[in-house]
Amino acid sequence: MSLLEVSELSVVFGNGVRAVDRLSFDLDRGSTLCVVGESGSGKSVTSLAILGLLPGAEVSGRITFDGVNLVAARPAELRALRGERIAIVFQDALSALNPYYQVGFQIAEAYRAHRRVPMAQARRVAVRMLERVGIPDPERRAREYPHQFSGGMRQRVMIAMALCLEPELLIADEPTTALDVTVQAQILGLLDELRRETGTSVLFVTHDMGVVAGLADEVLVMRGGRAVERGPVDRVFAEPAEPYTRALLACVPRIDRPVPDRLATVPPMEATR
Amino acid sequence: MIWYTLRRLGVAALLLLVICALTFVIFYVMPDDPAQQACGKACGPERIAQIRDTLGLDRPLYHQFGSYLVGVFAGRTYGTGALSVHCGFPCLGFSFQTNEPVWRLLVTRLPVSVSIAIGAAVLWLVVGVTAGVISALRRGSLWDRAAMAAALGGISLPIYLTALLFQYVLVIKLGWLPHPHAVSLFVDPLAWVQSMIMPWTTLALLYAGLYARLARGEMVESLGRDFVRTARAKGLPERTVVLRHALRPAMTPVVTVFGMDLGALLGGALITESVYGLPGVGKLASDAINSADQPVILGVTLFAAGFIVLANVAVDLVYALLDPRVRHAT
Repeated sequence: MSLLEVSELSVVFGNGVRAVDRLSFDLDRGSTLCVVGESGSGKSVTSLAILGLLPGAEVSGRITFDGVNLVAARPAELRALRGERIAIVFQDALSALNPYYQVGFQIAEAYRAHRRVPMAQARRVAVRMLERVGIPDPERRAREYPHQFSGGMRQRVMIAMALCLEPELLIADEPTTALDVTVQAQILGLLDELRRETGTSVLFVTHDMGVVAGLADEVLVMRGGRAVERGPVDRVFAEPAEPYTRALLACVPRIDRPVPDRLATVPPMEATR
Repeated sequence: MIWYTLRRLGVAALLLLVICALTFVIFYVMPDDPAQQACGKACGPERIAQIRDTLGLDRPLYHQFGSYLVGVFAGRTYGTGALSVHCGFPCLGFSFQTNEPVWRLLVTRLPVSVSIAIGAAVLWLVVGVTAGVISALRRGSLWDRAAMAAALGGISLPIYLTALLFQYVLVIKLGWLPHPHAVSLFVDPLAWVQSMIMPWTTLALLYAGLYARLARGEMVESLGRDFVRTARAKGLPERTVVLRHALRPAMTPVVTVFGMDLGALLGGALITESVYGLPGVGKLASDAINSADQPVILGVTLFAAGFIVLANVAVDLVYALLDPRVRHAT
């Protein structure tokens, strides 16, 4: 049975915008699903909907996580799942971390939200997690604040926070978009390594086809809140069935081919619908 | 942090000096002749010339200002010989009206102003900030709309009106409260509260309105921040999310404004004290202005400015304690 099953998911915001439209997909235990699409295709909204973090939006359909329908879940049930079984890494770690608290505390706090342990013990977990995500001198850095970290290091902190309770599902919402290319590669490498170690399932949201090729088992291509195409990553890259997927893949400049005068773009929405 | 503190204090001292100089110049160019004011109505030209000499009014401005500054920091002596009068540190001169040292006047009036300011501040902070935070948490609810309407009302009502209404209804019509008068908290706590409750409420009505709106705005913004979403994503209880992650950032601007407001009020709540006839620093200022008592006006101005400047320093320091980013940037 799949760990996560999304069926007929729709999200409509208060202003009438339908961000996600009857979306269905599933994710097996231990596998990685990459959700790709342009800005505004509904990728991030989908990941927030899974965690029930869309206040004021109307969410319908079913999101079944390990047999529990999250759309109909009570707030307390959702809270018990968040962080403990489903964790998320956001795009911009600078704004996602609280500037007022030490990073060690913020990780320890996540741990203590679900484990009844003394603060000192949770802090030790935090230091261990910081070490695990490759932060040098973790003991000292745990006592520092988010603004004292570089972009890549902050994202490592976010990952440490997300993984401290060994969740079954990790949602990574464009975790490398705000980083420069070399740091992106490091973070992706780290995520891949941790995923292998822990066996966590990953829902990876991105607009970067290169990232998809490197990480995904399966790909879900989204546009305008709908699923355009879904399938194993090799098949989708080799033989994209949908014109939109082909167009999206054609947008990626290739290092092994001559550089065109103009980079390719995807056709407007109407043309592919 | 020590350097930061010292630098702030240095700037504050400089600021006070500038304020002092400016106020001094303003009084220098005022049309009233200080010697005439000091002497009273029936006063011959001879006597005026004598006073002018004693006060040093015939000397150049910078010389007078220098003597004033020396007086503030070390005390000074007016006149010479048998007629000389010594004015001890910190010397702000003598009142033209009562001949009392201005510093002593200020110090005896201060407890009343402090009583009014502190009591009102506690009241408006508790009521205003709580109402604002609840409104932010229940945005669009009936409570929110009612609280914000009440806040607008509180801000709009002029102090002299509410003060007179309170006095008329609570003191004269119902007789529930005595006429406000200066009582020490340490002598008779009950009478102190009875005397102060109206001035407190009068001021708090205005400020609570302002703070409710400020706190609501800040809290709404704070609740929409990414790190609040992160806190929820961690599975923290809503209470912790609100109190630990949203409230603290929302309170930093409130603290800033509060420091300024309290500082300004400690220098005298002019209208409130005047309407209730309470002998605070504000009442002293208004009396001094009415009788063109220049040394007192100058003294009150400096005194009040001193509180505002000090409040500024305090706010900067508290800000650094509250926000680690400020702390590390210094």
